[in-house]
Order: sequence, then C-alpha cells, then structure tokens
Amino acid sequence: MKLLFKLAAKNLIGAGLRTWLNVIVLSFSFLIIIWHKGLLDGWDRQAKNETISWETGGGQFWQASYDPYDPFSLTEAHTKIPSALDSLVSTGNIAPILITQGTIYPRGRIQSILIKGISSNQKLLKIPSSLFLKNNDEIPALIGRNTAADNGLKEGDLITLRWRDIHGTFDANNIKIIGIFDTDIPTVDMGQIWVPLDHLQKMMGMPGEATIIVLNKEAQGSIIAEGWKFKNNEVLLKSITDMIKMKSVGGLVLYIILLSLAMLAIFDTQVLSIFRRQKEIGTYIALGMTRTQVVGLFTIEGSLNSVLAGLLAALYGIPLLALQASKGLSMPGGSKGFGLAVADKIYPAYSLGLVVTTILLIMLTTTIVSYLPSRKIAKMKPTEALRGKIQ
Amino acid sequence: MENLTIISIEGLKKHFSMSGGKFTALNGIDLEFRKGEFTGVVGPSGSGKTTLLNIIGSLDSPSEGKAIVLGQSIGDLNVKHAAMLRRSKLGFIFQSYNLLPVYTVFENVEFPLLLLRLDDEQRRKMVMDSLEWLGLIDKLKSKPAQLSGGECQRVAIARAMVKKPEIVLADEPTANLDAANSHHILKTMVQLNKEFGTTFIFATHDDKVIGYLSRKISLVDGKVTKDEIKNN
Repeated sequence: MKLLFKLAAKNLIGAGLRTWLNVIVLSFSFLIIIWHKGLLDGWDRQAKNETISWETGGGQFWQASYDPYDPFSLTEAHTKIPSALDSLVSTGNIAPILITQGTIYPRGRIQSILIKGISSNQKLLKIPSSLFLKNNDEIPALIGRNTAADNGLKEGDLITLRWRDIHGTFDANNIKIIGIFDTDIPTVDMGQIWVPLDHLQKMMGMPGEATIIVLNKEAQGSIIAEGWKFKNNEVLLKSITDMIKMKSVGGLVLYIILLSLAMLAIFDTQVLSIFRRQKEIGTYIALGMTRTQVVGLFTIEGSLNSVLAGLLAALYGIPLLALQASKGLSMPGGSKGFGLAVADKIYPAYSLGLVVTTILLIMLTTTIVSYLPSRKIAKMKPTEALRGKIQ
Repeated sequence: MENLTIISIEGLKKHFSMSGGKFTALNGIDLEFRKGEFTGVVGPSGSGKTTLLNIIGSLDSPSEGKAIVLGQSIGDLNVKHAAMLRRSKLGFIFQSYNLLPVYTVFENVEFPLLLLRLDDEQRRKMVMDSLEWLGLIDKLKSKPAQLSGGECQRVAIARAMVKKPEIVLADEPTANLDAANSHHILKTMVQLNKEFGTTFIFATHDDKVIGYLSRKISLVDGKVTKDEIKNN
C-alpha cells in the first residue's frame, strides 16, 4: 500500500497541469462547501443567540389560552403571575410580559400594533426596559428601529395609542417614544410597542397579570405554574431551526452541483488517463504488478487529487475564511424586512466537525469516482494494453 | 551453456476469437529452451512470435497444449502467481521501450526492485550496477523524454536486467533503432548473457539481431519451420 501511495504521488505530480487543474477545481469545491455551511451555521448560531437574548430567554410560560398566531386569543390570554415567582420578578431574573392589541395613528394613518408590557426592572432580555425607570412621562414607550422607520417615529415623539380594556371598553392616551432600540429580531420589533408592565396592567384593568413569562435557564426547572404552559427553547426556536434546515437543503443543491463538477473533472481525467496510459498499465503488469495493484494505483492517484486539493484549499482558504469569520459578511439592505432574524453582518462559524466532515465526504466521493473507471483496468488484456490497442 | 531446460512447450496452440470466427496464432508448437540460450524467434509479421513470447512471459495463456516456464505451467497460473513469476524471474524489453514517462532513468530501473520490496540501500546498489553496465550513469536524473531512442532502449535493458532475471524476453528490441544503436544494444545483451548466464529470447525479423543469435527458431503461420543452433 505504501508503495502504491508513493507511486501514485509520483505519477500525480508528474502529470503536471492536468493534476493542478483538477486540484484547483476541487479546492474551490472544498472551500465553497465549507464557506456556505459555515455561513449557515454562523447565521443559525447568531439568530438563536440573538432570539434568546431578545425574546425567548431560557424558556417561557405561556398563559394556557395564548396563541401567538391568533391575535383574538389575546383577549383571554392573561392570568395572574404565580405568587411563587414574585421574588424572581422583583429581582428581574424573570420577565413577565402582558400582550394586547392596540392602534396607533402615525402621520394620520391607522396602524394596528401589538402592545407589550414588560417589567421595568427585568435583566433577562435585551429590551432596554430600564429606560422606563428614568422616565416620568405618563406612558413611556419603546419601539424597535424598524417600527420607528415604518411609522416615521423618532425619540421624543408623542403618539396616540388606542386600546380595549378587560371590559371591552375602548380607551386612548398619548404615549411618548422614550427610546428606539436596534435589534436583529423582527418578532420584538415589527409592529410592536413596549410599555412598562404596571402601566399596561393598569390601562387594561389586569393588575398583576401577564400573557407570557420569560424565564432564565436556572429558574425553569424549579417552577410549576398552574394555568401556564411551559415552552422550552426547542419549541420557541423551532421556526429558526426549520428555516436553517430549509436553507441547508437549498445549500445541499449547491454542494451537489459543486461536487458533481469536481467529480466530473476527476472522472474524466481518470477515464482519459486510463485510455492514454494503456501502455503504462501494460508495462506495470509486465513488470510484475497485479491488476488489483494497478487498479489500486489509479484509484489512489485519483483520490490523492482531493488530498492535494485539501492542502491547496487550506493554503488560500484558511486565511480567507478566518478573515471573513472575524470581519463578518454584510447582509444586503432590506433583509430585515424579510421577517427573519438577520443581523447586519453574519459571522460564519467553522467548526472542526464541519471541516472534517467536508474533507471526508469529498475524499470518499473522489475515491469512489476514481475507482469506477479504474475497474476497467482489471478487465484489460495486458498484451493489448502493452500495444495500446484497447478502445 | 548449461544443459538445463527452463522452458518446455508442448503442443501449444493459441486461438483468438475474431468477428468471423477464430484466428490461430500458434498452431502446435513444441520447443525447449535451455538456460543461458541467446535465442531468436524469427518470422514475418503475424507468424506468432509475439504471441509465443507473451505466453512464455505469462502475459497470455495457451488455448491448448502446455507451456512450462521455470517449472510453472503458464495455463494453470492464476493472475497473482503469474504476476509473481514476472516480478521475480522474468525481464521484458519492448520495441517501444515502455519506460514510465514521469520517472527518471534511476526510478525506471528501480521500479522492478520496488515491487520486490528490497531495501533502499540494496536497490540503490543494484540500480547503479545495472546503469553502469549499460553506460547510463550520467543519465540518472534524466526523464525518458530527454533521452535518445538508443538510450531509452538501454534504460529498458537495465530495467529488465536489474533484478538479474532468469529469462529476458525481448520483443523487436531494435525495431525503433538505427544500425549503430542496434549493434550497441545487441553487443550489450550478448555480454550480459555471457556474464550472468541470463536466457534471452527475442522475437524479431531484424537481420542485425539474427546475426547475434546462438539459436534461431523460424516461425511461419504459427508453426515452427526451422530450429537452428548456430556456432558463433
């Protein structure tokens, strides 16, 4: 085997330009597959981390009637915050949120909005609710950058908010935008206004009540709350996971195309090589190599393309990918509007597992593709091979 | 010359299937070759010379009859054992040299020794000895493309001789060479035959080669028509 590797390496290097063309094409495949997968992994990681930081925390309790996809459920979806949680609420380690529908009138237009009341002292989510504590306005409000842009609102603006309280009575008041936060998570930004929880409870006539309770990781195991359904992050982040999975399937098509191109190059080279090198094959057999050894030699020759490609890809790819991993990849303007958790910059994540799996996958595929045409050698008559007569 | 029979051929026939039926390349050959012979199988194109050499070299097998080479029946050898026989006991010289193009002269000559798994030092010594016999020491690092036809054939001879085989089979070794190179090559082979007692069997129709033979077997239409021992 060692001998075959030695001979294959010599033959491969000796083939010159033919080898290097294959190696270059294959190294592109290596790099683009790793880059694309790394980008998706980075996006996945960033989206999940940001969603946890801004929205889901370490898991959530949902009031039994709450259905985020049914706004009508909000009329019923409110219950007293369990008294067992009082100490955690007061320390800010969990964040109760009351949710209701409302309407604002920016620039003379009617705009439906989700009003979310969040405790001012919560430390769990990145919503800058501590700003409420510094403000003496009657109803201070926070909005996200996208909501502000969509409605032409800026910090300090007063805007009329209309809502329906627990009795079904419409009420309205002016609210003051005291802060505009910047987030990559559209589900805490688009069409939403954040107000202090106690204000909203008072406005709605729902003292001490909430729709959801965001928990920190430590709290979730110790709480049993009747009338509330616990949702862990596996459930809460499912849409992101599903989206990444969908993207991965799309990515798979790209892998297959890239890999097929590279493998086609290897396959063609092998077929051509076996055709052109018949005399050489005959000579190997005449000198005492078995046909299996010659098949092995040609298969290893083909497979070594992927080893050289890996080395070449490492040579120019590691600095390139490392640079991108540190600088990030800017996402196009407007990607926020897709309703996806997309940061301004995606930082690809290249794990060892990703690199090793990609290398093994390409090496295995290359070996198979190299072996398939090489099997022909086993059927060659050495006497005809020596004269280069096989068609 | 020792009187030891190393190749024994009895009733050897070789048929090739063709589109219109079968073609008989060898039609009942009975021959014996003794150790140290410098023999040529001569005859016109299509007479079966190369087929006979291929069977002796275990590159092909008989359709009928027997070919016993160094005690091994070629027809009964499996692919692996045939390869082992070629690897250890036989050397080949081809009309078009068949040197491995990406290897240097040294590496080409070293190749059969690699297959025999000899250690580095032993290989180096044997290759250098072989190249010295053939006057190729100054071409060690050259690749076949940088050599003349005569030099290429000398490398091929060095490669065939490096492992000191029992039998060297040479198929039209001078066909691509000019007269001066042909004589040079043939003289070298005669010398090697005398020095090492290696049996040489040629397939040729070149008169220059015939002049050096100690035995001439004439083949016509797959049959031996004449078997002459010459006293040089």
